[in-house]
Amino acid sequence: MAYKRQIDRLPIPPADAKVHNVTCHYCIVGCGYKAYTWPRNKQGTLTDNAFGIDLGEQQPADGTWLAPSMYNLVQQGGKDVHLAVVPDHDCVVNSGLGSIRGARMAENRPSRVTGTQQQRLTDPLMWRNGVWQPTSWDDALDLVARVTARVITEGSEDELVVSMFDHGGSAGGYENTWGTGKLYFESMKVKNCRIHNRPAYNSEVHSTRDMGVGELNYSYSDYEVTDTIFMIGANSLETQTNLFLNHMVPGLRNGARMIVVDPRRTVTVNAAEEVAGVENVLHLAINEGSDMALFNAILTHIVDNGWTDDDFIANSTFQNGEAVAMDSAHPAALGSLDMAMQACRTSLEEAAEVCGVPTDDIVKAAEWIAKPHDDGSRRKCVTCYEKGIIWGNDNYRTIGALVNVALATGNVGREGGGVCRLGGHQEGYYRPSDAHVGRPAEYVDQFLIRGLGGVHHIWACDHHKTTLNASEFKRVHKKRADLVKDAMDAAAGGTREQIVDAIVSAINAGGLFVVDVDIIHSQIGQNAHVILPAVESNEMNLTSMNGERRLRLSEKYMDGPGTAKPDCLIAAGMAQHMERVLREMGNDAYADQFKGYDWETEEDAFMDGFNKGNPEVTYERLRAMGNNGVQEPVIGFENGQLIGVERLYTDGKFDRHGRDDKRALFCAAGWRGWQAPGKAREKANHKFWINNVRANIFWQNQFLDQDSDFVQDRFPYPFIEMNPDDMAELGVNPGDLIEITNDNGATQGMVYPVTTAKRGHVAMVFGSPAGSQGNVINPGVNELVLPDYKHTWGDIRKLADATPQARAVSFKSKEYTA
Amino acid sequence: MSKKCNRLVDVGRRQFLRGSALAAAGAAASTVTSAPAQAAPANAQIDYPSGKLANIADLAVNAPMDIEYPDADSPGILIKLGEPVEGGVGPDGDIVAYSVLCPHKGWFMSYNSEDRTMNCPGHFSRFDVEAGGQQVWGHATQNLPQFTLRVDDAGDIYAEGCSDLIFGRPTNVLYGEE
Repeated sequence: MAYKRQIDRLPIPPADAKVHNVTCHYCIVGCGYKAYTWPRNKQGTLTDNAFGIDLGEQQPADGTWLAPSMYNLVQQGGKDVHLAVVPDHDCVVNSGLGSIRGARMAENRPSRVTGTQQQRLTDPLMWRNGVWQPTSWDDALDLVARVTARVITEGSEDELVVSMFDHGGSAGGYENTWGTGKLYFESMKVKNCRIHNRPAYNSEVHSTRDMGVGELNYSYSDYEVTDTIFMIGANSLETQTNLFLNHMVPGLRNGARMIVVDPRRTVTVNAAEEVAGVENVLHLAINEGSDMALFNAILTHIVDNGWTDDDFIANSTFQNGEAVAMDSAHPAALGSLDMAMQACRTSLEEAAEVCGVPTDDIVKAAEWIAKPHDDGSRRKCVTCYEKGIIWGNDNYRTIGALVNVALATGNVGREGGGVCRLGGHQEGYYRPSDAHVGRPAEYVDQFLIRGLGGVHHIWACDHHKTTLNASEFKRVHKKRADLVKDAMDAAAGGTREQIVDAIVSAINAGGLFVVDVDIIHSQIGQNAHVILPAVESNEMNLTSMNGERRLRLSEKYMDGPGTAKPDCLIAAGMAQHMERVLREMGNDAYADQFKGYDWETEEDAFMDGFNKGNPEVTYERLRAMGNNGVQEPVIGFENGQLIGVERLYTDGKFDRHGRDDKRALFCAAGWRGWQAPGKAREKANHKFWINNVRANIFWQNQFLDQDSDFVQDRFPYPFIEMNPDDMAELGVNPGDLIEITNDNGATQGMVYPVTTAKRGHVAMVFGSPAGSQGNVINPGVNELVLPDYKHTWGDIRKLADATPQARAVSFKSKEYTA
Repeated sequence: MSKKCNRLVDVGRRQFLRGSALAAAGAAASTVTSAPAQAAPANAQIDYPSGKLANIADLAVNAPMDIEYPDADSPGILIKLGEPVEGGVGPDGDIVAYSVLCPHKGWFMSYNSEDRTMNCPGHFSRFDVEAGGQQVWGHATQNLPQFTLRVDDAGDIYAEGCSDLIFGRPTNVLYGEE
């Protein structure tokens, strides 16, 4: 039976409720919300309330409504207050729309009154006597500092392995990336580090940057005025929901056509067809991993028909053959269009063969992208891409091949253009240089698996749910962490010195000391020896920018749980304890490197970091800019307003590669089949392609949603979409639990029938706490250590009949049908 | 989509275009009674009106009937599914009723009789009327408000409660507490 809240009325926010600017801390789009808070014993009335409308009347469609998920009772300044977090009609990003993620922000807050999110960590925990025991910050940080200092002074900073988020929103943002960045890249020079979603410290989009084109170069308004939306490896209705609804849909209504490249038919394709008509939507359901061949054929067709923007190419792109040679840091040569074409030239027939789509459709795509209008005017096209190719086959060349198309048609830096990644989280990166990490960067998961490194600091990452080769990673990480736990247990009752000695001995014997900073006790946190509780956005002030570089301050409106702190202040505390411990050890010079963390608040961290590079930007000014904020880069401050930039590269000068000539480079994206080791063999040996997909209802690895009855009621187990004929062949029914196996490991989920699924393709939701898809993903990466999560093949068998919980859920089509 | 629901959508559009609290003419409207005036102090729980929606004899399988509950501004459907479902009433345990305002942004939804779902033309959300109004896919942060039904000895079907907050109101019984 569907989950019922059994709520039939809610408190009304009074007219004098406090109002806070909120940018949704989940996806890249960053929808604007208003948070209202008011005392527990006060309320508004139907006619006199914070919304300024007559709530005694039924509100019309699109009207203001406080849904139960937008309400909670939380702590503010130590007092219980009502909280309402409601979509902001005046925010240009979402115009009052709320997504299934963001409109649950209030409900996903910790509340001892309503019982929500009681999984949140409240105090530091330390492994003592076989369990995690609460302790003080000073005690926890002392142990962290003592073990870390011992290990990096007896060995080197290379013994310290760090996993840390690099994103905005959630626990990221400019404050927290700066705090962690200053600790690990300024006070130390840690090079064995990785990012939350990939096993190295590297860009997800090296090639577009090397070509000079920063990956977030447009404004969302470009979708509204374009002729064609060219979407690759993305499912925006689910994953950038209000970008699709509030910007792409208006574009389609204004007459734009849409091309979607995705082996799977998605709700995005369905919705685009509903809005624009099937004749204006081209779904290229290519063979998995063949994107580059498609882009190259499109480019070839455009070049051969003379649909290139020759003025743009002459004025804004490199002209003289090869500019950057292929080498260990560059998986393809970069240079002029002519040079690139020698590698990229692909006939329609060749591409049709590789991609499994008709030549006519490839021609149609090329025409929709580049064939000039009848009056000879240039066709505008927005190109947008995400994980389908970022986590796909041959990341560098594939993204390069796509950017080639945009450059050849002059669709960058112009209204109705842009070639952009769509993004996952918001952005919020401000750190000292990471140049010491090197390129290619260390493959950190393999480093740990090889038994290297002695201390692992983890910041808001749960590799157990999200990394590749996860079966092996988990096995080894646990084994190494258990060595340290056993040593701590054996030294129980000892002094701090004795405990540290025991830990260091265990590390020297192959153990790993694990420090986990997170908001919940995560799966990887099961291996931790010290757990430090962090707060999230709105439990602290947090700045981030969205997918059109829109910078906002999302304001603190409530207390964090217990003694949890902002990550930047946790990093500062670690640095201060490192300084103290190193000084005690007699290492004054090293201790001095950990000075400069006397921050009282997250604003202090912001001023120490982001503001130093962007002196116009302060909290006060951002607060005044409200939910519409300012689009980065911020270039001035006039008449009380921060001045930003709507769209990058409007002058035709490209600088992301750092070249003085400011000319964009084309990528010699030669097709080479399966790039990552082991992929071709795995495909040959297994029956099913295991596509790795997202669903709008879950935010990332469900770290909060795993505690949401509404969400878990819908999908109690990770769904695995499958064609009904494949189901019949396997003898499985909807909701049955199935196991996916291959040489890398096994995982499991719940069968969900999808008639449009291709035979032999299944689509499993990523990052589930109840079944990690990463268990079956092989360790293959590209030359720059970008994982190919999307390409995994396995065999499938039935584990069990649907549980009563699974039997109760709907297995109907996700596609809208009027 | 049934003819009835087309009409419902049209009724709804008129109603919302007018921005009026008054209902357009509807078959069930006259049968909905207002809750009695509240005595102070208020009860801890909302008192729902008991509204007669139809008689079992009026219902055919998979032919939804337009209803309005708890008041004329809250359109819904009453439907006999032909198969028993959880929460279903009547001798066959197969009669259910739901709000038809999408709990995402309040658009009027239409019924797809082929797969028995409510579909929102605004933003493509859909709900399974055979699974307690569970959102199959969409943006709403709750499942479809389901009306609590009672059938009397004469086969008259009454609505007497609701599982979730109805879109566009702070209280499900909007006019009963004034």
